[in-house]
Amino acid sequence: MTEAALPAPVSAPAVDRERLAAVGFVLPSFVIIAGVFALPLVLLLGVSIVDANGLTFAHYKRLLGTPYYLGVIWNSLRLGLLTTLIAFLISYPAAFALARARGPLRSVLLATLFLPLAASVIVKAFAWTILLRSDGIVNETLMALGIIEDPIRMIFTETALIVGAVNIFLPFMILPIYAIVAQLDPRYAEAASTLGASPVVTFFRVILPLTLPGIIAGVALVFSLSVSAYVVPTLLIGEKYPTLATTIAKAYLLAREPGFGAAAGVVLLAIAIAIVALSARLSREPK
Amino acid sequence: MMTRTAIIVCWVMAIGLALFLVVPLLVIAAASFSPTPVFDLPLTGASTRWYGRIARLDGFWPSLLLSLQIALFSTAISLVCGTLAAIAIARGKLPGAGIFATALVSPLMMPGLVLGIALLQGFRAVGFTAPWATLLVAHLVITLPYVARTMIAGLARFDFTLIEAARTLGCTYPGSVLRVMVPALAPSFLIAGIFSFLASFDNYPVSIFLADVRTKTLPIRMLQYIEEAPDPTLAALSTLILAGTVILLVVSDRVVGLHRMAGTSD
Repeated sequence: MTEAALPAPVSAPAVDRERLAAVGFVLPSFVIIAGVFALPLVLLLGVSIVDANGLTFAHYKRLLGTPYYLGVIWNSLRLGLLTTLIAFLISYPAAFALARARGPLRSVLLATLFLPLAASVIVKAFAWTILLRSDGIVNETLMALGIIEDPIRMIFTETALIVGAVNIFLPFMILPIYAIVAQLDPRYAEAASTLGASPVVTFFRVILPLTLPGIIAGVALVFSLSVSAYVVPTLLIGEKYPTLATTIAKAYLLAREPGFGAAAGVVLLAIAIAIVALSARLSREPK
Repeated sequence: MMTRTAIIVCWVMAIGLALFLVVPLLVIAAASFSPTPVFDLPLTGASTRWYGRIARLDGFWPSLLLSLQIALFSTAISLVCGTLAAIAIARGKLPGAGIFATALVSPLMMPGLVLGIALLQGFRAVGFTAPWATLLVAHLVITLPYVARTMIAGLARFDFTLIEAARTLGCTYPGSVLRVMVPALAPSFLIAGIFSFLASFDNYPVSIFLADVRTKTLPIRMLQYIEEAPDPTLAALSTLILAGTVILLVVSDRVVGLHRMAGTSD
């Protein structure tokens, strides 16, 4: 019997050694994530509730109890929501076209997604300040086409902010959706229509549920990026649209109020964690 | 499968999206050749003098050097640490591997500015204030998630029995890793390296809280130039950075193919 002569696949000490090796392999990354990510965030929470006199919730009262700062929080959420919604409405249908594209067309379309992704946010926001100036191309074009008579003020408006934010965060929406759509088996939709489903029913009952993981990933990513954007509002709208991000920067870099800045940071962090938790929950939910 | 109108809508959106994404990049490139100090577009002539002025921007060279150093070192360290962690996760011998994999990529979803102030407080608390070193350590948290995400995805497709096969055929363990696993994972390494380098090189929200007057990364300098006196010099600098990125992308497309990058970057 040759089977009896073979050693057991893995003996008990070998399992221990492999487990030990695995722990050794993750140790450097664990130290980085724990020491330079998790621990500082916990400390930040501490800074936001402790001052020279001990425990205080004054910073949170100021943030959540004054109309001005509630407006600031709403500004951040509004920026996140509008950017995410518009980016989704553009990206979802575009992902289907991208998935059908072949050959050079696909390469060109993919390049237009990756190129801006690789360009600095500062560079792109700067480009929009040039584009949207009152003597900028957008105004000149609209005037040349006779749509408007006088240049309209675009830079430092909410429109400029949203256009810039959508432009900068769009690739993060379409890439996860495209990754799912490209793997979509067309036979599911064919089966649905063979069985008598109308295109609308097929879309809502078959295609939309199948592509949901990509939508959730894209929406979560774009919302968490745009709700906390700093460079985009700073360059495209400025002081008159204060957000949590600009409040944090101001508290640390100008006003020297670390406690208040930390509290604003914790609120922004809570929003981001809520998004991550919600998206993880949604993508795990059985269909 | 889809009605005719839906297909047309999809194509219109895709082409509109492609144009919309490329417009700011074209504007920057065009503005860099502006003959006048204001951005007169469409161009009435062309001038390359702004390119000559990049080198004379206040504090440009030290900032460029600093950003390159931080991006290179943090990417190199993250590639080693992240790949080791990804191997342990992919082999499935690690208790709690799923949770750890999530923790590794979680900084990607956290607001950069919040990470910046948290690190500022943390480094101050332990008396670690040397700007260069704090920037490097901070950028490890920025680059590690990109490496971990790409390498975990890459290793999920790697067949570890290949290493056993190489060892059966007489290769040593390190030898089989170097000669079998590293070549098989080369595309993942390249993608992870590019994304983490760019993430570090472009980072503003974390760096701003750790930099001081003498130690400013390039993005901090650039935002400062834009806020103080925006002129076509900045467009010229942006165009050069963009051109460098294009070359990097074209080369990596030749080596691994862009569609693979799309697949692994979700």
